[in-house]
Amino acid sequence: MCGIVGICELRDGRAPVVHEIQRMMAQIRHRGPDETGIYLDDTVGLGHLRLSIIDLESGGQPMHNEDETLWIVYNGEAFNYVELRRELQQQGHRFYTTSDTEVILHLYEQEGPRCVERLNGQFAFAIWDSVRKELFLARDRVGIRPLHYTIHDGRLIFASEIKSIFAMAGVHRELDPVSLDQIFTCWTVLPGRTAFRGIHELPPGHCLKVSNGTVDITKYWEIPIYGRQEQLDLPVEALCERVLHLLVDAIRIRLRADVPIGCYVSGGLDSSGIAALAAQKFDVHWNTFGIRFEQDIFDEGTHQQTMASFLGSRHREVWATPQRIGDAFAQTLWHCEKPLLRTAPVPLYMLSELVQESGLKVVLTGEGADEVFGGYDIFKEAKIRQFWSRRPESAARAAMLAHLYGDIFRDQHARRFLPSFFGKGLDRACDPLFSHMIRWDNTSRIKTFFSSELKDAVGAADPYESIRQRLPQRYHELDTVGKAQYLETMIFLSNYLLSSQGDRVAMAHSVEIRLPFLDYRVIDLVARIPSRWKILGLDEKHLLKRMLRAALPREIVGRRKQPYRAPIVNCLLAGASGELAGDLLSDGEVRRAGLFDADKVNRLLTKLRTVESPGEIDSMALAGILSSQIIHQQFVDGFSARSHSAIHPDLIIDRRAGMKAAKSA
Amino acid sequence: MMNIRQELHDYIVHNILFGDGEKLKDDASFQKTGILDSTGFLELITFIEERFEIQVADSDVIPENFDTLRQMSAFVERKLGVAAAA
Repeated sequence: MCGIVGICELRDGRAPVVHEIQRMMAQIRHRGPDETGIYLDDTVGLGHLRLSIIDLESGGQPMHNEDETLWIVYNGEAFNYVELRRELQQQGHRFYTTSDTEVILHLYEQEGPRCVERLNGQFAFAIWDSVRKELFLARDRVGIRPLHYTIHDGRLIFASEIKSIFAMAGVHRELDPVSLDQIFTCWTVLPGRTAFRGIHELPPGHCLKVSNGTVDITKYWEIPIYGRQEQLDLPVEALCERVLHLLVDAIRIRLRADVPIGCYVSGGLDSSGIAALAAQKFDVHWNTFGIRFEQDIFDEGTHQQTMASFLGSRHREVWATPQRIGDAFAQTLWHCEKPLLRTAPVPLYMLSELVQESGLKVVLTGEGADEVFGGYDIFKEAKIRQFWSRRPESAARAAMLAHLYGDIFRDQHARRFLPSFFGKGLDRACDPLFSHMIRWDNTSRIKTFFSSELKDAVGAADPYESIRQRLPQRYHELDTVGKAQYLETMIFLSNYLLSSQGDRVAMAHSVEIRLPFLDYRVIDLVARIPSRWKILGLDEKHLLKRMLRAALPREIVGRRKQPYRAPIVNCLLAGASGELAGDLLSDGEVRRAGLFDADKVNRLLTKLRTVESPGEIDSMALAGILSSQIIHQQFVDGFSARSHSAIHPDLIIDRRAGMKAAKSA
Repeated sequence: MMNIRQELHDYIVHNILFGDGEKLKDDASFQKTGILDSTGFLELITFIEERFEIQVADSDVIPENFDTLRQMSAFVERKLGVAAAA
C-alpha cells in the first residue's frame, strides 16, 4: 500500500519547502517502509512512501508520464490495471514500469479526471499537471484508502493520515465538538468530517481539483439505488450464478501481486468464502490468520480451525487477551485518529502485527459482505420492527425479537423489556432513519458525560438532521432493509469499519488489506437484487449462503452469525491502558481537557470497578471518554513532541526555478 | 428507619444518572423519559433484590410496578409488608 502527502500553493509568491514534505512523511513511515520519494516545483510538493507490492524493481514514486509533465503519488491498487494497460498501449502510450501506478497516470492523460470511473480498486492519489498547473485528488468509491486535507495559510495540504497534516507548522489542532457529538451518536463522524476542526476527509467516491487557486469537489460514484422495476427479477439460482461468477473474478484480480498474499479467517461465512473460493478456483495455498479470545462469547477458534483444516492452510493466531488489548489501546488510537466507542480495532491491530512478523504484506479479508449482502442483525431488526409497527399491539409480532436477541436477553426479566425497549419509536416507522434510531438514541445516552462547555459548543447540531440532508432523492425507493443497508454503508462502513478496523490498523504494521466483496461491480450487481434474497424471512445473507454452500464445510455455512466483538471494560482498566486511565481520567486531567464532566466520569469509574458485568452503554461510555482523552493528548496537547522527526528520501525531484538556476550557476 | 423512595432515588441518581438527578421526578415515566434503558432496569431490579432482600418475580415486572419512582417504592413496600411514612 503506501502513504502520500502534499502541499499545493493556492496563491503566487511562495513555493513548498523540502523539509516540510519530509516532516509530513516522517509521520507515516509505517505506510511505506520500502522506498520514499519527493517531487517539488514552484507550486506543488508531493511526497510518497512506498510499500512495494507490484513491480518491486522499478515502481518507485513520484512517477511521471513520457514527457515528465504529469506527476503522481498514489496509495492503492487498481486491480484491473493489466487490462487497462493493454488498452492504453494500443492507444500509443509507452510504459517504463510494470506498475499499476503508471497505468493510472496514462489513463489520466487519456481521459482526464473521468479516469477514476475506470479503476477497479482501492485508492487515494494525487496527480499534478505541471503545465496546466492543476492538482487532481481522488479517493475510491467506498473509502478503503484514506485521504485528508485542509486549507491553511493559502495552501491546500493533503495526506493519507491526519498526523502528517499536523506536522505542518501553524495548522490548528483541536477536537471538533460537532464531530464528537456525531461519534457519540453514530459511532463515527459523517462523511467529509474528521474528529478535528478544519481537517477534512475527501468523501468516498469523490475527487478534488485545484485550479487557479480554487478548490472544487465533485462526486463520481454513489451507493447504487435501484427501484423495484430496475431490480433483477431472475430465479435465485440464476442470481447465484451471476454473483458468484463476479465474486470469483473480484478475487482473481485481487490476487495480483509480486509478493505472497495471506488471508484473514475469522471463522465466519464471509472470510471463509473468500479463502475457499480462492483455494478452489486459483489453487492458492493459504497463510491464514485469526484472532482468539479467552472468553467463549467472543472466541471463534473452533471455526477458524475448521477452516484452516479445510483449506490445508498454514494458520497462525494472535491471542487478544484483556491485558494485551489494554497495552495496545493507545497505540491503536494513534493510528485510528479518532475516538472509539469500542475496542474492536485493537485485536485487528495485533493481527496485522502477526502478519508483518510472518513476512507478509498483503491479506484478503471478508469485509463488506454484511453491508452488501444483508448480514447485520440491525437489518433483521428493522424488518421486524417495520412489520410490528403495522400492529403495535401485537404480542406475537413483538415476540419475534426474542428470536433475534436470545443471547443478549437471556435473563427472564430482560425479556419482559423487549417490547418496551424495541417498541420505542414504532411510531417513527416513516422516518428515513427508522432502522438505526434505536441504536443511535441508545448510544446518545453517553453524551450525558459531555462537559457543559462541550454541550454548548455542540449547540443545536443534530446528527440525524445532518444525515437526512445527505440522503439522495432516490433513497425513498428503497425498502426497509435497503434503507438500513444504505445507512450502514454510507456511515458505518466507510467511516468506521474500513478505517479504524481496516486500513489504519493494517497499515500500522505495513499490511495492505484487499476486499473482494467491495469490488464495485459486485456492489452494483447485488444492489440490483431484491431484498428478499438478502434477508429471506429472518435468514440473513441468504443469497451469499446459497452461493457458498458448495464451497464450504456445512458448519460454516450453517453457523449462527456471531458479530465480531472484543471485550471492553476489563481491557481498558487493565495493563497500560489502566495506567493511562488512572491518569487521563483523573479529576484534574478531565477538567483540563474540558471535554467531559469530571464528577460524572468519576462515578462511572466507581461503578465500573465494582459492578460484575458492565452494561453495553456504560462500556461504550468508558471507551469513548478514555479514547477521547487519549486522542486529545496525542494530537492536541502533546503533538509537537512528535513533529520534529524527518525522513531522508531515496529520491528527490526538484523542479523549482530557483534550484535550477542554482544548479546551472 | 429506611426511606425506600430515597434509597431508590439515590441509587438511580448515583449509578445510572451519574449524579444528574434533575430529571428524576417521583411521577416521571421511565419509559417515556428514557431515564432507564433495559440495562438500567436490570441493574435496578438486582439492586432491589439485594438491598431489600426480596424476590422480584417475572410476573412482577410490569409497568404498574416499575414505570415511576413512586410506583417502584410502593411495590417494594408492598413486598416488605411495610407501610412507609410518606
